[in-house]
Amino acid sequence: MSKITLKDLSHSYLEKQNSNDDWALRNINIDWKDGGAYALLGPSGCGKTTLLNIISGLLNPTKGKVFFNNEDITLKTPVERNIAQIFQFPVIYDTMTVYNNLAFPLKNRGMPPNEIDKRVKEIAEMLELTKTLYNRASGLTADGKQKISLGRGLARSDVNVIMFDEPLTVIDPHLKWVLRSKLKELHQKINRTMIYVTHDQTEALTFADQVVVMHEGEIVQTGTPVELFEKPKHTFVGYFIGSPGMNIIPCEIQNGTAEVAGIKIPTNSEIKQKSNFSKTEIGIRPEFVSFSKDGIPVKIIKVSNTGRHKIIDTECKNGKIKILSHSSKEIPSGSAFLSFDKKYTYAYGDSRIIE
Amino acid sequence: MNKTINQKAWFFVIPVFILVAFNAVVPLMTVVNYAFQDTFGNNVFMWEGTRWFKQILKSERFHAALGRQFLFTGIILLIQIPLGIAIALSMPKKGIGVPICLVLMSMPLLIPWNVVGAMWNIFALPEIGFLGHSLNDLGFDYNFTQQIGDAWFTTILMDVWHWTSLVVLLSYAGLQSIQPAYYQAAEIDGASKWAIFRYIELPKMKKVLTIAILLRFMDSFMIYTEPFVLTGGGPGNATAFLSIDLVKMALGQFDLGPAAAMSLIYFFIVLLVCWVFYNLMMRNEEQK
Repeated sequence: MSKITLKDLSHSYLEKQNSNDDWALRNINIDWKDGGAYALLGPSGCGKTTLLNIISGLLNPTKGKVFFNNEDITLKTPVERNIAQIFQFPVIYDTMTVYNNLAFPLKNRGMPPNEIDKRVKEIAEMLELTKTLYNRASGLTADGKQKISLGRGLARSDVNVIMFDEPLTVIDPHLKWVLRSKLKELHQKINRTMIYVTHDQTEALTFADQVVVMHEGEIVQTGTPVELFEKPKHTFVGYFIGSPGMNIIPCEIQNGTAEVAGIKIPTNSEIKQKSNFSKTEIGIRPEFVSFSKDGIPVKIIKVSNTGRHKIIDTECKNGKIKILSHSSKEIPSGSAFLSFDKKYTYAYGDSRIIE
Repeated sequence: MNKTINQKAWFFVIPVFILVAFNAVVPLMTVVNYAFQDTFGNNVFMWEGTRWFKQILKSERFHAALGRQFLFTGIILLIQIPLGIAIALSMPKKGIGVPICLVLMSMPLLIPWNVVGAMWNIFALPEIGFLGHSLNDLGFDYNFTQQIGDAWFTTILMDVWHWTSLVVLLSYAGLQSIQPAYYQAAEIDGASKWAIFRYIELPKMKKVLTIAILLRFMDSFMIYTEPFVLTGGGPGNATAFLSIDLVKMALGQFDLGPAAAMSLIYFFIVLLVCWVFYNLMMRNEEQK
């Protein structure tokens, strides 16, 4: 159990770094509390796995430091750090039985056999592996194998942190639900710090108390699922979280107010007159856009019904706007006017929120 | 799926069929023909039944050659397989070293058999060869043309030099295909170097090693050219392995009947050992 701190962490896979693009991670600062459930969320290639491997000690960062409980462990090996990591696809020892697979990390640390036996049976019970405990691990199905991987990660009771690197990728959708709730349940039961890496927003938002959203090697926002939804601090967060994502509409700033298609838009941002952004945008989630008598004139392009909701694609002079409305609501056809809920409308300068 | 039924397609198989018939089936049937009959030339044959087979199976000369053959194959497998794995494990995994090592490793495999034999013959000659002369200078009484032990030592050394690379290349391919996550997981699990080898690398190399052992078994069991050029089967019959003995019988003594029977027995031994070995290795796979 421990608190994890990352300080000014940067990593590059290249020997020499000439531009920003040469860095896989840039200026990562994180403070994670002991016993929390955290998710690292971002698209493929954003540096999530790199960050995870730096925390586990499989990689040494180019710059910056890693602390467990305020102790600098940047240069320590994974064994010394005493962590557990579960990988994207099942990593099992083919020739061993399920039992020996689970016992392996314990044996390597010289635990007495009777204690190993007790612990292995406990873990097997928890993951419902008891029936196949003495079968060869290679004979199991993909999700059975991934359960073994999970079990090996959970076997040691004294680890500082358990890390999951997209562990449910190979699992069937219906089993994903089962295993995900199992993980959540486990977290509450053993109360250990857990870090969950994923590109799936549902997985991240259901698992974690705190979600860290990454984009091109940087952390763009850290917050609870609700914060990420209601107040995205970066247009990427708005776009990446939510389905459909946030509407990002280019706008002009005139006298401290944002204007779209010549119409003033009231926002929740305090826009200073003297700001020189190269790009300014308005962000509003489709949930908070509605039809009204006046406002932004748009043309309705397409209405798609998802069952509970209707997604309406519209187009104004500055770009496309999506609207999410209840299926029961009447949708005007042809052209219409839109208004935005001021509370959830934010202005963004160079992709970052203006507050 | 609707497959077009077109029996004319069989005509496309004819060239392969003819090729296989002429290079395998017809010669093999000729051997079968000789194995059951006796001939004095002029295409006159007399039926002998299983006489040649009985004669060969009882012959001490055949037993001795077969014994030498198994001993030789056993020794080279015991050396080449572990050595090949060890070399593959110590080869670099990435960088400029990889192509260099791979090219160096492939070199012996590209040299024709009789050239290998000739090279080692000269290399090992006690008076002028580098190996032979150096060994004698170091105080060893080394002469592979006269001493049985030295002849075996040289033959085995030559085969190890020539063929270990094959095991290395196959093992290396097997090792390269292991996902890095396995090593990372083992590192986190606190596995020792030996445990990583025993529980990750060896199981993952199983298939390529099966192939390597099969290939090395077959090739070494049928070895002819290299020892023929190096020692000619001598001194005496000390390194006369099965195929050398067979050629002596067939072409030296012109005993075509017994030689044909021996060829067939030889062929069935190779086939049987390969079949048993392959099935043993693959039995676990099917249980999955």
